Amino acid sequence: MSLLTAQNIHVRHGAATVLHNVSFAIQKGEIVTIVGPNGSGKSTLLRTLIGALQPTSGQVVRKAGLKIGYVPQKLHVDATMPMTVRRFLDLPTRVTDAEAEAALTRTGVVGIGTRPLDGLSGGQFQRVLLARAILSSPDILMLDEATQGLDQPGSAAFYQLIEDLRDSLGCAVLMVSHELHVVMSASDRVICLNGHVCCEGTPEVVSAAPEYRQLFGTGTKGALALYRHDHDHGHDHDHPHCHHEDAH
Amino acid sequence: MLSDFIMRAALAGVGTAIAAGFLGSFVVWRRMAYFGDATAHAAVLGVAIALGFQVSILGSVGVVAVLMAVGLWALTGRGFAADTVLGVLSHGALALGLLAVALVPSARVDLDTYLFGDVLTVSKTDLAVIWGGAAVVVGVLAWRWSRMLTATVSPDLAYAAGIDPRREQLILTLLLAGVVAVSIKVVGALLITALLIIPAAAARNLSRTPEAMAVIAVVCGIVAALGGVGLSFTLDTQAGPSIVCTAAALFVLSLLRRRA
Repeated sequence: MSLLTAQNIHVRHGAATVLHNVSFAIQKGEIVTIVGPNGSGKSTLLRTLIGALQPTSGQVVRKAGLKIGYVPQKLHVDATMPMTVRRFLDLPTRVTDAEAEAALTRTGVVGIGTRPLDGLSGGQFQRVLLARAILSSPDILMLDEATQGLDQPGSAAFYQLIEDLRDSLGCAVLMVSHELHVVMSASDRVICLNGHVCCEGTPEVVSAAPEYRQLFGTGTKGALALYRHDHDHGHDHDHPHCHHEDAH
Repeated sequence: MLSDFIMRAALAGVGTAIAAGFLGSFVVWRRMAYFGDATAHAAVLGVAIALGFQVSILGSVGVVAVLMAVGLWALTGRGFAADTVLGVLSHGALALGLLAVALVPSARVDLDTYLFGDVLTVSKTDLAVIWGGAAVVVGVLAWRWSRMLTATVSPDLAYAAGIDPRREQLILTLLLAGVVAVSIKVVGALLITALLIIPAAAARNLSRTPEAMAVIAVVCGIVAALGGVGLSFTLDTQAGPSIVCTAAALFVLSLLRRRA
């Protein structure tokens, strides 16, 4: 049975329907990446799958007892709240010092437990978010634009880490990304989203699909077109669905 | 030997400070100050209703504060509660309460007590209410602490972990109404928010974790309450302003020891 399934879901943001009739399923151990242009509903889909948004029709089915390790796109801890890395790893469930240190070691930020969260670099912060997510021994890791703000070698290393974690934890991975050129190689399956599922399949199948070409460029060299697209549209983070943290 | 009424005043202040200190940290983290104001101001309306209809002040204040708090909670859920809306509700409720009290013929004398607090006249029943209320507030916060903290750090992290952040917010809102109802006699409706925010703000400067901040806020609140009661007694000043001035002085001191 699939870990997590969405069946014909429709999701609205105010008056606009952001997702139309999207169906989705993810299996144990699979790495699935959702790609799509600005406003295509990538973050909305992820937030619907974690239960933060309710579909207006259709349903999301989680395997009983499913544990989700969620790595948000952005996390802003209000400056009024003192929070060390170590304390953050205890949310929502307390872990032992040994477990915390092991998780930080695994994500490559060993020894920063006593630092306040707001003193970390972007890359360290992402790795701390990831460490927190794996501490619950998740069945599925979900990452929303997890490498935003990292340079290219930094994000390549981050995706390598995700793949290693999948292998050692045996969890599924669901990622949203705009860094197509890096993500494609690390994924078992790619879903191209633009309000609905345009196309879906292995990275090779998707990058050759006409629907995909239409969205992401028509260059004969797929990878090059993707790369160029990525740089032409480097403002994905201004996309209106990306600032939910601030809205609460 | 301290006289009885000073003892009661001190105990009332300490009880209030414990509840307000723990809850105040959440009020600061979640930026609910205006929420607190609106709920406290609505309490004045509750006082007017109680005086007009000869019903229990605690009950009336409690009901009105809960209604206001739940109303605000429902509004934020629909994306309404911008500063402006909260401002309208908060000051509207206060004005309506003052108007209503003015229309109750025998009430003028009593009003000051509920606007500015009169900790030197608390009865044993008041004490029981304050400590009972504080016990409930601290108990609920301790029980749901981790869920509330997760929901405060990030609603999405909470959802992913199977926690409903809206429910946690509702519970916090109800606790806020409870603190307003039990502390109105100690600090008065106008300054309840100050007792929630100032000790927590002072504690922020001295702490590295949320728990440390909450505990230090309680300690600051207790010191402010005792100092304020002493001030009120020796200078014959109103209790609320005396307690809040002491708290503000502690905040200024905390700036000297500020940590990142």
